[in-house]
Amino acid sequence: MTFRPGMRGAAVLAAGSLALTACSAGSLGSSDDSGGGPGSNTVTITYLIGNQDQDIKTANQLVKDFTAKNPTITVKTETRPAGSEGDNIVKTRLATGDMPDVFNYNTGSLFQAIAPQKNLVPLSDQPYLKDLDENFTKTVTADGQVYGVPGGGFMGGGVLYSIPVYTKLGLKPPTTWAEFMANNAKIKAAGGVAPVIQTYGETWTSQLFVLGDFHNVAAAEPDFADRYTKNQAKYATSPAALKGFEHTQAVHDAGYENKDFASAKLPDGLRMLAQGKGAHYPNLSGVVANMVSTHPEAAKNVGLFALPGDDASKNGLTVWTPGANYIPKTTTGDKLEAAKKFLAFFASPEGCASLSKAAAPTGPYAVKGCTLPDDVPQAIKDMQPYLDKEGGSSLALEFLSPVKGPSLEQITVEVGSGIRKAKDGAARYDEDVKKQAQQLGLAGW
Amino acid sequence: MVRVYRPYSNWFYLPTALIYGVLFLVPTFASLYFSLTRWSLFESKFIGFDNFKLFFQEPALVKGFTNTLIYAVVTSGSKVVLGLLLAVLLTSQIVARGYLRSVVFFPVLVSTIGIGLTFTVLMNPERGLINGALSVIGIDGPGWLTDPKWALLSVAAVDVWKGVGLATLIYIAGIVSIPREYVEAARVDGAGSWETFRRIVLPLSRPATVTVIILSLIGGLRSFDLIWAMTRGGPGFTSDVIASVIYKQYQAGFYGLSTAGNVVLFVVVTAVVLPLSWFLNRREVEL
Amino acid sequence: MSTAELVNHRPGRKLALSAVAIVASVVVFLVPFAFIVLTAVKDRQQSALLDFSWPHQFRFVQNFIEVVEARDYMLVIAFINSTILTVASVTGMVVLAAMAGFVLQRRKSRWNPFINFLVLAGLIIPPAVVPTIWVLQQFGLFRTMPGLILIEIAYGLSFCILLFRAFVSTIPRELDEAAIIDGAGPLRLFFGVIFPLLRSVVVTVVVVQSVAVFNDFVNPLYFLPGDKNATVQLTLYNFSSQYSTQYNLLFMNILLITIPPLIMFLFFNRQIVAGMTSGAVKG
Repeated sequence: MTFRPGMRGAAVLAAGSLALTACSAGSLGSSDDSGGGPGSNTVTITYLIGNQDQDIKTANQLVKDFTAKNPTITVKTETRPAGSEGDNIVKTRLATGDMPDVFNYNTGSLFQAIAPQKNLVPLSDQPYLKDLDENFTKTVTADGQVYGVPGGGFMGGGVLYSIPVYTKLGLKPPTTWAEFMANNAKIKAAGGVAPVIQTYGETWTSQLFVLGDFHNVAAAEPDFADRYTKNQAKYATSPAALKGFEHTQAVHDAGYENKDFASAKLPDGLRMLAQGKGAHYPNLSGVVANMVSTHPEAAKNVGLFALPGDDASKNGLTVWTPGANYIPKTTTGDKLEAAKKFLAFFASPEGCASLSKAAAPTGPYAVKGCTLPDDVPQAIKDMQPYLDKEGGSSLALEFLSPVKGPSLEQITVEVGSGIRKAKDGAARYDEDVKKQAQQLGLAGW
Repeated sequence: MVRVYRPYSNWFYLPTALIYGVLFLVPTFASLYFSLTRWSLFESKFIGFDNFKLFFQEPALVKGFTNTLIYAVVTSGSKVVLGLLLAVLLTSQIVARGYLRSVVFFPVLVSTIGIGLTFTVLMNPERGLINGALSVIGIDGPGWLTDPKWALLSVAAVDVWKGVGLATLIYIAGIVSIPREYVEAARVDGAGSWETFRRIVLPLSRPATVTVIILSLIGGLRSFDLIWAMTRGGPGFTSDVIASVIYKQYQAGFYGLSTAGNVVLFVVVTAVVLPLSWFLNRREVEL
Repeated sequence: MSTAELVNHRPGRKLALSAVAIVASVVVFLVPFAFIVLTAVKDRQQSALLDFSWPHQFRFVQNFIEVVEARDYMLVIAFINSTILTVASVTGMVVLAAMAGFVLQRRKSRWNPFINFLVLAGLIIPPAVVPTIWVLQQFGLFRTMPGLILIEIAYGLSFCILLFRAFVSTIPRELDEAAIIDGAGPLRLFFGVIFPLLRSVVVTVVVVQSVAVFNDFVNPLYFLPGDKNATVQLTLYNFSSQYSTQYNLLFMNILLITIPPLIMFLFFNRQIVAGMTSGAVKG
């Protein structure tokens, strides 16, 4: 389904540093609810986050910096599983009125699925709203009201590539699919290096050729997202949209995948890329921080280019917006005030600084006045030119349309493993999407 | 006896009925209503039988049905046969009996997630121990979990590995409760091991067999946690079973649809298990 | 001593069979566990290779401490929670299900098919989470340990009743009649005469359901959420994430949370051997 990741990237925890997360779990008696501090007017709020270690690390850093500035507020964190298990937890807790005071969740189509008008406190009156990137606020808006503030940086979906392999073979980052395949052919001929890394042991990584291609779809058919929402455009019948599936198949048919593509997992793929045993790895820039923390040399050795389409002049990057923090309607009174202050901190340059301190950034921040540190990995630096160029980037489809089928990752695994043909896969995905749109009760389905 | 005396009081049902009724049956009936709605957890809209129509149009469904039946028959069949054989072995005067009993039962104790994880690693086609061992004797092992031909059966094998200890335990409990006199009498009559097994153990452990068949068949038909931990129904949709199709719909937020799927699954399982259970229990009474 | 001594005539055959069984058990059952143990003591880099190899260095103590301390001693809290939950709910299940299974087997009435159907339904129908939460909220039991205990009992009853019913049928009715003639009421008949005879099934039920409840993670997640209510299965998530998995710590965690069920099993294993109903059924 959605790429979800605790999108903030991660740092590998050095031995022993796990004990630093002092305010997360039960604390064996030290975590009294009473606040316990001196002033009797302290407010305690609870913040629900994903249970991935990068999420927890980021949250703890933010809580620490926030409470240093606001000593009368105590923030306790609570975790939930990530992925679709987490979706169900979030929905269940909202539906039963049991949501903690602030929670972190996805933006875009998943945000629309939690009935924001009914469940969330609108933030449209908050002064910091004007500082938020419009591409971001679009993805947390329902019926004209904004409900969330960003919990991290933008991410790019493109091809991570090994710079040493490119230098050695004298290759150039491609701007068209034909150039990309020509590079692959040369890499394969040179031997010893897998041209394209695929890791179907972790199914979500198989979707990049399709989802990351959306900039090219939008360049060819600017109204695709709109017509797609209205059940007028289809993956199987739109030549531009079908390309993503065809590319997935082409890479398999040409034998460019690593030998263990069917069982390899994300860390395997990152290792191959960092060590130069694989040349290309289509993925999200969100994985870079983790790769760098395990393989420090990858900060310089791995670059990023956008998934190439047919037209070099329209080459550009598909962009994912960060997850956001929301306040449920069940938060009231002092807790609501405290929760709003907490969100305001996220939406300030100090908040971004705190994020950068916790983990290497995944891309530019969605808050004005926030800058990236100078030492960001090369792959993240490579995103900037696309974002600076007019028409050089587009939001991913899931942020432009509430329609998104749940089975894409299984279908792309089939297409990329030779079990199903591209055209058939696209048609199957259209069926999948139809079911979801009907569930949402959208007009025209 | 003068008064009418009822030793088997219906009051014994009361606490069970209360807890089970309030916490299981009431919510289940509530969810029956939701199978007729489009339900986002936040609001529901009555749509009649559309969910059922949609569920039967699910492209993975036919595959899911076949896989479910294969999985259930393979796992419950293996558990009955292996469980009975192991139980006979482990109730005999074998060396290291205590050790063997413990070892066979041990997998039952480990969490499904842990077992799924371990076997996913052991079954890795390139680096896994299983193919490593096979290559020593010159066999090039398949991608157990990544080859569409093997994925479902590989998971079923792990399911048997994990569950056979329970079947064995139920059989052991059944075999040891066979009165010693029967076996001794058979011995006196000159019956050999096979004869004793066939004439005494097999018929008298029928309650255990019934329990094992019913439990493992229901488990197999509903099974999904191990499949989910190991293949997530993949590669693609090739090892999907009905329960994993339903679970994926639930994960996707199609709550009404997945509730409808559960109703269908319930009907299917009942259609298989109820006649079987009736048949097996009837035979038991005749004994 | 076992009652069904079947393969015990010829000593030579017995030894050969034993040897085969032991070798097979090592290959089939012990090697996977050896893998878990070996991975649990490796360092992070080596464990990431996920191969079956001898550890370069033994980090048992370090890994152990890291796992226990992770997320502010979450594992310790989880152990406490899981233990309370397991003991309370399994006790409830055993007593209630034994009573129900006993009456269900003994008392023939026209309601029996319906009751049997309900019992099977409990095994077959997956629980409906959200409506259950609504019900719990009505009684003020949502987010409480007693609420979760009742939930586990409700979900486990079917399995237990099925087992108890099957094994009550192996107890001769003559025993009931003898007790009734001695003047035992329903409660004394059940708790004084029948229940002790069910020992081997009780042990089976206790072992199986303890494992199920102890290893359950979905129900606690929905009905008693919150980190301070974590149960042991949730601790597995401490070491795996989408981007990186610390396999050595993960397998150490698997190892640690397997120990309580293992101890319980080793404890009861002898009970299973000893707990023969046949001894009481002389004549």
